[in-house]
Amino acid sequence: MKININSKLMTQDSKPGLPSSPSGSPLDSRQSVKIKTDRLSLHYGSFQALKDISFDIPKCAITAIIGPSGCGKSTLLRVFNRMNDLIPGVRVEGKVTLDDLSIYEKTVDVVSLRKRVGMVFQKPNPFPMSIFDNIAIGPKSYGIKDKQELNNIVRWSLTQVALWNDLKDNLKKSSLDLSPEQQQRLCIARTLAGEPEVILFDESCSALDPEATMKIEELMVDLAKKYTIIIVTHNMEQALRVSDMAAFMMIEEDKAGRLVEYEKTNIMFSNPKDKRTEDYITGRFG
Amino acid sequence: MKTNSRAGEKIAKLLIWSTALFVLVVLVAISAYILIKGLPRINWHFLTEIPRNMGRSGGVASTIVGTLLVTAVAIIIAMPFGIGTAFYLAEYTKESMITRIIRFSAESLAGIPSIVYGLFGFIFFVIYLNLGWSILSGGLTLAIMILPTIIRTSEEAILSVPKVYREVSFSLGGTKWQTIIKAVFPSAIRGITNGIILSVGRSVAETAAVIYTAGSALRMPVSLFSPTRTMAVHFYILAREGISLENAYGTAALLIILIFLINVVANMLVNRFIAKGR
Repeated sequence: MKININSKLMTQDSKPGLPSSPSGSPLDSRQSVKIKTDRLSLHYGSFQALKDISFDIPKCAITAIIGPSGCGKSTLLRVFNRMNDLIPGVRVEGKVTLDDLSIYEKTVDVVSLRKRVGMVFQKPNPFPMSIFDNIAIGPKSYGIKDKQELNNIVRWSLTQVALWNDLKDNLKKSSLDLSPEQQQRLCIARTLAGEPEVILFDESCSALDPEATMKIEELMVDLAKKYTIIIVTHNMEQALRVSDMAAFMMIEEDKAGRLVEYEKTNIMFSNPKDKRTEDYITGRFG
Repeated sequence: MKTNSRAGEKIAKLLIWSTALFVLVVLVAISAYILIKGLPRINWHFLTEIPRNMGRSGGVASTIVGTLLVTAVAIIIAMPFGIGTAFYLAEYTKESMITRIIRFSAESLAGIPSIVYGLFGFIFFVIYLNLGWSILSGGLTLAIMILPTIIRTSEEAILSVPKVYREVSFSLGGTKWQTIIKAVFPSAIRGITNGIILSVGRSVAETAAVIYTAGSALRMPVSLFSPTRTMAVHFYILAREGISLENAYGTAALLIILIFLINVVANMLVNRFIAKGR
């Protein structure tokens, strides 16, 4: 399938390239930083997966992490909600801050961090329960029991992902009867129900057909008005269509993933500074 | 070459089909034989009267009650321990010496002949703990016997729950416990229930382990400390001592019907109440 990279989305959402701020960060001075990593390294046992990654992720924008397979994109994404903690033997060095919270401090409550930083996965993965229960499961675990309040949350969340009108009469139906696109929307709604500030999308369109992909992308762009969004994608056109910022990662001989280039998406794609970035985005490898 | 492989395919299909058919025939033949011999004996009196004359006449009411109570005790005790151990093995530990020991013990326990459980139950529950021949002793012995089955089937069911459900639950800010209760358990419940149904079947049909521990009294049990005779034991004694082969067949037929009913009802309950989201 050929995708027109100069789609409406692209022209709508990429701002004209302003010069980088003096600090070396490619963000505009008026953009506020939501997440900041400082010399972040991550090891699985003796294997180093990420090395010396420092960058600032802007608030209420979409940041795309791109790069060849195995470069540590997903690992980096999972640093932000500490999902890597589930893997035995993981060690993180350096500093990652969400607003003013240094998220790898010992005192940080991982459970409340994950409420602030939601995640949407690669494949649509609703729980094998009703549509209602899928969305209510998060709020219920936070202790919300009031039926009316749960109803409101479900309604609000489904409205955000444009599913409410289609599903409002079928909330008791099994989520597994929905189409893949609807399932992925439901999963996004499930994440929104926890009222996160940041949403991580881990190749969340890769299991969908092109039409559904487009619709989810439109939803992401829409959500970026209120939420800070970070996506991992293999799809260059997608990164170009939806993201404001792009982070290109690659591994070197030691197999550790590094951040090669971090730039405004339209600048990176029109005028990459690094030769490796250029080779990758023009499809010469990866 | 091509015709050869096609012929081979046909032969393989035929072989596999005939093994399945053979198993089906054996199953149907045994059940049909016992039901044909036994069903004529089953009537209202047979179901509601206690055995008289050592079982030569009267019914089997007390053995039905005994069977159900012994099985209930076994399941009520084994279920929490079995499922708990399975969750411990599957969710709370890494593979280590301790988990290997637990798994090895469970597998060894599963391979022990039931008469050995009977003897252990007799020595430990009946004599040492002084519980006597009783429903409690029988139930406890059966609980130990079915524990490995429940652990194994539950652990497999838990491990077969896609990893991503756990990840999603954690990503939504769920704690470990919430993840297990809300995300893993509902998806594993069907497999866990299958293990329990299997165990119920084994408990209902067990003779060797209960004959030494629950006794062979024909009276209607009045408490968990009453001795009782389960249907399987009753059937065994009737046939073995030549008391009444007719009543033995009647009891056997009833046993088959009971196990069938337990399976059907348990599946219905699971479909109705637990697995409704599917």
